[in-house]
Amino acid sequence: MDITFSAEELAFRDQVREFLAENWTEDLARRIRGEDEEFKAAQIEWQNKLNDKGWLAPGWPVEHGGVAWSVTENFIFETERSLAGAPDVVPFGLKMVAPVIYGFGNDEQKKRFLPRILKSQDWWCQGYSEPGAGSDLAALKTKAELDGDDYIVNGAKVWTTYAQYADWIFCLVRTDSSGKRQDGISFLLIDMKSPGITVNKISSIDDHHSLNEVVFDNVRVPVANRIGEQDKGWTYAKALLAHERTSIAAVADSKRRLRDLRKLLSEEISGGRPLLEDVQFQNRLSNTEIELMALEYTELRVLASTADGKGPGVESSLLKIKGTEIQQAIQQMYMDLAGYYSGVLHGDETAESIGHAFGHDARKAYMYGRAATIYGGSNEVQKNITAKYVLGL
Amino acid sequence: MNFNLSEEQNMLKDSVARFVQDEYDFETRRSNAANALGFNPDNWQTFAELGWLSIPFEEAYGGFGGGPTDVMAVMEEMGKGLVVEPFVATVLMFGGLLSKSDNAALKDAHIEKIIDGSLQGAFAYVERQSRFELADVKTQAKRDGDDFVLNGEKTVVFNGAAANKVIVSARTSGKQCDEAGITLFLIDADAPGVQRTSYRLMDGQLVANIKLTDVRVAANQVVGEVDDGYKLIDAVVSDVTIALCAEAMGIMQKLNTTTIEYTKTRQQFGVAISSFQALQHRMVDMFMAGEQAKSILYRAVCAAESGADDLAKNIAALKVMIGRNGKLIGDEAIQLHGGMGLTDELDVGHYVKRLMMINTTFGDADYQQQKFNRLAYAE
Repeated sequence: MDITFSAEELAFRDQVREFLAENWTEDLARRIRGEDEEFKAAQIEWQNKLNDKGWLAPGWPVEHGGVAWSVTENFIFETERSLAGAPDVVPFGLKMVAPVIYGFGNDEQKKRFLPRILKSQDWWCQGYSEPGAGSDLAALKTKAELDGDDYIVNGAKVWTTYAQYADWIFCLVRTDSSGKRQDGISFLLIDMKSPGITVNKISSIDDHHSLNEVVFDNVRVPVANRIGEQDKGWTYAKALLAHERTSIAAVADSKRRLRDLRKLLSEEISGGRPLLEDVQFQNRLSNTEIELMALEYTELRVLASTADGKGPGVESSLLKIKGTEIQQAIQQMYMDLAGYYSGVLHGDETAESIGHAFGHDARKAYMYGRAATIYGGSNEVQKNITAKYVLGL
Repeated sequence: MNFNLSEEQNMLKDSVARFVQDEYDFETRRSNAANALGFNPDNWQTFAELGWLSIPFEEAYGGFGGGPTDVMAVMEEMGKGLVVEPFVATVLMFGGLLSKSDNAALKDAHIEKIIDGSLQGAFAYVERQSRFELADVKTQAKRDGDDFVLNGEKTVVFNGAAANKVIVSARTSGKQCDEAGITLFLIDADAPGVQRTSYRLMDGQLVANIKLTDVRVAANQVVGEVDDGYKLIDAVVSDVTIALCAEAMGIMQKLNTTTIEYTKTRQQFGVAISSFQALQHRMVDMFMAGEQAKSILYRAVCAAESGADDLAKNIAALKVMIGRNGKLIGDEAIQLHGGMGLTDELDVGHYVKRLMMINTTFGDADYQQQKFNRLAYAE
C-alpha cells in the first residue's frame, strides 16, 4: 500500500504544470468554450499541442505514437490537466476507435488511420445507438450487405455526438440476422463524405448542438474498412465499452468542479452570510466530496489492477454509476447556487451586463448532464451487468 | 503506486483468516462472548503465541513494528469472524497510548506484558455528558505532593471489566471542554477508590463504568505530559478509527457474500429470489457501497502511512462513509434475508450489531460529517 510520489514522479508533475501554464492559455480557453467552427478549431489546436509534446495518446502502443505512462503518471497528468481547467481530448478517435484499430485492425488500417487520428486530421464520431437500439445495443438493425468489394449500408444511427464535424464514423452494423443477435454484427469505418449519408441535427434541452441523427441510404463502404472478421464486431466493441465506462467516471474533472464550487459558495452571500456557511449546503458538498474521495481511489484501484495486466474489468460499471451520480450532484449544486440566474438563456451575458457570470453555464451543464446516466449504457443497465458478471446473480 | 499487501502482510492476514476459519465458527464465538471476561482467555494466549499482540509496537520493545496497513490486514479478518477478544482495547488503545508517549519507564513496564498476553488494558475516555467530544472531561485530577488525586466517573470503557490497568483521561487545568489541561493517568483497575460497574453491549462486548473516588496516582504514572494528554488521545483515536473501519470493512464483505449466497438458494414463486431484478439492483448497491468503503479505507491508510497533511480530513471522510454504507449494507442484508434476518440464530443480525457499534464509536456518521465540514469548508 503506497501512494506517495517518487522524486521522478514529482518531477513529471512539475513538467506537466509547466506545459499547462505555457500552452493552456486564456485565449484558447475562451475559444474552446465557443460554438461550432470556433470550438472545433480550438479543440484541434489543443490536441495538436499535446501531440507536439508527445502526450496525446497515453495507452496507445509506443510504436504507433503512444506514450508509455505508468498508472501514476497518467493519474498525475489527468489531475493536473483537470485542475487547470483544460479539456480532455475528444474521445471518439483517440480513446474509442483507435484502441479497436490497433487492437483488432490490420497493418494497412493502422497505417492509414492512426497517424491521422494523432494529428487530429480526422474527426471521428461513434455510430452505435439506433432509434430501436439504445441500452439494448444488440438490437441494432442498420444493415450492411456485401456487394463485390463493398458493403451497402442502410439504416440510421442516433444521438451521434459531434457528427456535424466528423470526417469519419465507426459503426456497428448487422451483417447476419440468422443466429444469436450478438453474433451477426460487424465493425465498419465509414467516410462521412460517402454519398447517401445525411446528418440531421437534434436540438437538445441544453440549447446546444451536439446530438445528431446519421442516416445511411445505400452507402457504399469498402470491405477494406471492416475491422477484423465479419460478424465479430460485437467482441471488438465490448472491449471498447469497458474502456468507455472507465473514462466516463471523470473523477479529476469533478474534483475541479467541486473546488470551483466551493469558491463560488464562499463568495455568494445569503442573509448576510456566505452560502458556504449554510449547514445544508455544507452537508450536500461533503456528501459529494466524500463519495468522490472514495471514487478517486476506486479508479486508482482499477488502474493499478490494469497495470498488473488484469484489464479494466467489469468493475468499470461501478465507476460509471458513481462517477455520473457525482457529476449530476455537482451540477445540481451549481444550479441551486445560481438561483434565479440559473435561468439565463444566453452564454454571452456576463457579470458586467447582468451582474452574474455562470448561470447559463450551470444550466447548460445541468441539462446536458442528464445524458450522463443514460449514455455508455444506462446506469440501470450497468447494474444488470454488475449483478450478472460481478456478483454472479 | 500500489494497493498490494507485502508478502509479510499477506501472511499475517492469512494467519488471522485461518484462525477465524478453524477456531471461530459462529457458535464458538457466541460462547466466547458469553465468558465472564467478555472473551475467551485461551484465545488471547493464542494471539500472543501467534505474535498478533506485538504488531503495532516498536521493535525496541519486542514489537513487530507494524503500521496502519498491518493493522488493517488483521482487523479486516477479525471483522469477518466477529472476534470479541479485546485486541482494539488492549493493544491498539491502551498499548497505543503508551507507545506514542515518551515515558520509557512506563513502556518498559507494560508493553512486554501486553505482547506476552499477561496484561489486559483499557482506555477510559467517555463520560456521561461527553457524547463524542474527546475533550469534554469533567473528571478532576488534583496534585497532592508527588501524587495526583482523581475524582469523577468514566463510562462505557471498552474491556473495562477485564482490564488490569486502565489509562484515564482527567482534567488537570482549563475548562470542561478545553483540549488543553487534559492529562492521562495509568491506574490499577483495583486501586483503592476504583469502583467498576460492568454491563454488556449489543455486539457482545463487556464494558464498564469506572467511578473514581479519591484515587491516588503517583506523578510518574502520567502517560505523556501533564496538561497535554489531548494530543496523544487524538493520535491514538485516529489510528484506532482506521482499525475499526477496517474491521467494519471485513464485516461488510461478509454480509455481502452471505446475502448473495442466501438469495441464490432461497426459492420463492418457484425460482431463486436472486433472479429478481429488484433484488439484484439492491445487491449491486450493497456491492458498490462496500467497494467505495474499501477505497476510502485504502485512502486513509495511505494517508496514515505517508503522514499526509490532510490525514484528519481523510479519517473523518472514512468514518462517515463506513457509518453510512455500513448501515445500508446491514439494513439490506436483513431485508434480503427476510424473516430469517430477524432471527438471533442467524449470524447476520450479529454482524449488523457490530457495525452499529463501530458507527457509534468515536462519533457516528453525522458527527464525523460535521467534523469533516469544519476541516474542509471553514474559512
